[in-house]
Amino acid sequence: MNARSEGPLVSIEGLGKTFPTSAGDVQALSDVTFNIERGSLIGLVGESGSGKTTLGRCLLRLVEPTAGRVVFDGTDITALDQRGLKAMRKRMQIIFQDPFSSLNPRMRIRQIVGEALVAHGIGRNRRERDDIVAGLLEEVGLSADHMGRFPHEFSGGQRQRIGIARALAVEPEFIIADESVSALDVSVQAQILNLLQDLRDRRGLTILFIAHDLSVVEYLCDEMVVLYLGRVAETGPSDDVYRLPGHPYTRALLSAIPTIDPEGRQARQILAGDIPSPLSPPSGCVFRTRCPHAIDACAEKVPEPHSISSRHHAACLRLGEI
Amino acid sequence: MANAPAHAGGPGLVKLLAQRQSVVIGLAILFVLGAAAILAPVVAPADPNKLAIASRLTPPGWAHLFGTDEYGRDIFSRVIFAGRVSLTVGLCVAAFSTVAGVFFGLMGGFFRRLDAPVSRVVDAMMAFPDILLAIALVAALGGSVLNVIIALSVVYTPRVARVARASTLVIRELTYVEAARALGVSTWRILANHVLRNIVSPLIVQATFTFAYAMLAEAGLSFLGVGVDPSTPTWGTMINEGRKYVSSAGWMILFPGIAITLCVLALQIVGDGLRDALDPNLSKEL
Repeated sequence: MNARSEGPLVSIEGLGKTFPTSAGDVQALSDVTFNIERGSLIGLVGESGSGKTTLGRCLLRLVEPTAGRVVFDGTDITALDQRGLKAMRKRMQIIFQDPFSSLNPRMRIRQIVGEALVAHGIGRNRRERDDIVAGLLEEVGLSADHMGRFPHEFSGGQRQRIGIARALAVEPEFIIADESVSALDVSVQAQILNLLQDLRDRRGLTILFIAHDLSVVEYLCDEMVVLYLGRVAETGPSDDVYRLPGHPYTRALLSAIPTIDPEGRQARQILAGDIPSPLSPPSGCVFRTRCPHAIDACAEKVPEPHSISSRHHAACLRLGEI
Repeated sequence: MANAPAHAGGPGLVKLLAQRQSVVIGLAILFVLGAAAILAPVVAPADPNKLAIASRLTPPGWAHLFGTDEYGRDIFSRVIFAGRVSLTVGLCVAAFSTVAGVFFGLMGGFFRRLDAPVSRVVDAMMAFPDILLAIALVAALGGSVLNVIIALSVVYTPRVARVARASTLVIRELTYVEAARALGVSTWRILANHVLRNIVSPLIVQATFTFAYAMLAEAGLSFLGVGVDPSTPTWGTMINEGRKYVSSAGWMILFPGIAITLCVLALQIVGDGLRDALDPNLSKEL
């Protein structure tokens, strides 16, 4: 492993994932390329079926990518064998969407959070591991007394905190939060979001936050990536993307955010139709079938990302014109 | 498991089981049947194989509590001794077929590559009528209690394997298994801690069924002359012997029949109770 302390923490290069099905190959991700800077909180947005979750899974190799590379701190994790992968999993973790199915109903919290400690040989004995688990539970806003309980004794928000404590147990540098608040009540969502932000600041974590709720991303993230049908539509600092969206898809998404200020209401762009089937994605720009600005040229080739500013890119052929 | 507290300050498994009256009754029945079988030479009032032609087919009464059979043998003593073989066969077959079935079921259900070979063998074995397969095996191995146990374990393993595989397929896809993989937990630990623990309930129920089926199948084998040595009484052979006298001496099949029924009933009650007590989501409401 040649560890580097400069450059992006995670660099995703031309990542692709094809799922073979009886109806043909499903292209879940194609040619996804972007970087995740150290210490950043980066939002990954897109509607259902855009490949957000698959991308998160591919980064951890819970799903094996079929093309491209993922370079984590100088190491190509797509080329690692099982042993190397286990060592790498100590450095990157995931928090899941569903706080109910992500905790084993027959294990006590002590064992759920402590399992990773055992797997990686952290803590010399049970007492030491218990102390670590107690510390983790307190760090995520639960109490050490909760250790002996089963998951069903907790609320959704508390369960999500347990999931976070479990991910933190191996002291990772990078965490993928896969729609980690979308199953929760709004008031609880805010608590979990604040917790993630606190953890980022306190532990210097880098977080990839997968979401379909754009207002959450705006509130939380420094950077964002917009995914449409397995391709990157737009990347950039959140402020820039929100202020000046380049890709027509991003514009449509942003205009759909509800606002409470009637004066500030923009003309809403409503996207017609559904996201096309990834079994037979449209030629050229995958968004052209729903794009209000599409021209014939859009069907001919897949648009390259064009720069709007040094860090803000959008993959649209007509970027300057529309 | 039994000595660990189920909840912080909450009741343990034993207490949870004890809270259910039916479970207590079931356990008591099994205890009495088991103890009688183990202590048979002490508790049985007569030699189970002592012939007394003069008092043949005596109805139940004070001299012979459950009456006598066609050779004048004391049915009460025979029922007690028969429990030794019947319970041993049931227990061993349930244990062996559960262990083997869980192994094959987990392998087939968890590892995609092993699924097709395991499933095909299981299907092929289940396509064969149980009793025929058992007869063939006992005929090949020779008739003895051990061989009956081996034959019936082979026969019932595919059933357990099928239940285990189906449950494993469900658990394998759950997020907590994925979480464990993401944490770097080894495959064997995932199988033990995550999969096995969550498929225990249907397997316990299946094991109680297997216990009961095995006792009945052993009776069938003995009747067909390929089972245990006919001089050793089992509940099944006693019922088969009494068949000829069902209208004139009904007690010959009544008492071994009651023994089998009680035993199977008790097993199922305890199996149900155990399943509920092992489920942390239900244990509070018990």
